[in-house]
Amino acid sequence: MIYWLLFYEFFKIGLFAIGGGPVTIPFLFDLSEKYSWFSKEQLVDMIAVSQSTPGPIGINMATYAGFQTAGVSGGIIATLGLVLPSLIIVILISKILRKYVNTPCWCEVMMAIRPVVLMLMLYACVGLFELSVTNLYRVCFAVVFFILVYFYKKSPIFYIILSGILGVLLKI
Amino acid sequence: MAEYIKMFVSFFKIGMFTFGGGLAMFPMFRKELVEKHKYITEDELIDYYSIGQCTPGIIAVNVATFTGYKVRKTIGAIVATMALVLPSLIIIMAIAGILSEITDNEIIENAFNGIRIGVTVLLLNEVISLAKKNIKNKFQIIILILAGIMIFGLHVSSVLAVFIAGLIGGAKFIRQKK
Repeated sequence: MIYWLLFYEFFKIGLFAIGGGPVTIPFLFDLSEKYSWFSKEQLVDMIAVSQSTPGPIGINMATYAGFQTAGVSGGIIATLGLVLPSLIIVILISKILRKYVNTPCWCEVMMAIRPVVLMLMLYACVGLFELSVTNLYRVCFAVVFFILVYFYKKSPIFYIILSGILGVLLKI
Repeated sequence: MAEYIKMFVSFFKIGMFTFGGGLAMFPMFRKELVEKHKYITEDELIDYYSIGQCTPGIIAVNVATFTGYKVRKTIGAIVATMALVLPSLIIIMAIAGILSEITDNEIIENAFNGIRIGVTVLLLNEVISLAKKNIKNKFQIIILILAGIMIFGLHVSSVLAVFIAGLIGGAKFIRQKK
């Protein structure tokens, strides 16, 4: 059943996406390849909408992906699936595990996980490039836009709106 | 009961009026939870953030769960978390519904072509700043190369890649201890 599968997949993301919202992007990328729930194009649109609306980005993306897959119930189930592992883990930490967080062992595990998360994000990024930067005109646009983003620190919402306006004006 | 409602309203407001997620939500958390309702101290908030960064899941959700638990144990944790998430559910589904209605519009199409490139560039920028912040020693560079082979070469799934890295970290700790 689709709802169980949605719940299971998002529960897994909630359990393995360590480091916050944007880290869920590579996992959603995996989902778009594994199932026909949403296309990669739709995933990029989801990321854009999630970054420019209120609320935690990871939650926004889960809601969007779930909604895209199975309507309103899908959105609710995917979000609950994503949230449940944190809810359980954080309650356990508050109750008993407090002394195990930030121990040398946990720090070693985190040290090893961070580079992997980085590589996963890079992989998703390459995938998005192949999808969105499809001709020379767009390559030029991407390069100029990158220089802008890299040197002028503005909020992501500002840049998403700007890229949309430029997309219309320059007929990207 | 009144306490739960007060807490629900507070977290609902945070979910409703903060853009950008994660770190960008810090000032709003501080204003609502530390200054206004005094649920937690600023030190506790910073502590929740640092634990949130090395536990699974969404950081803002972890902060909400920690705070809710501190105020009203398990039920409090559930109420705070659900209240934080609810605005996203409503807003995103409304927007997704509207967007799926609009098709074959050249202006929207061009805007989204631009936005897709914008999102890609923003993600690349995020990857670069993560690399600067997180790659600190030789061990991590080795893991990074290993991860590159696993992910780009062998197309290992994200879940498996994170799991393997966790095992390597654990194994390294056990070996050092001996």
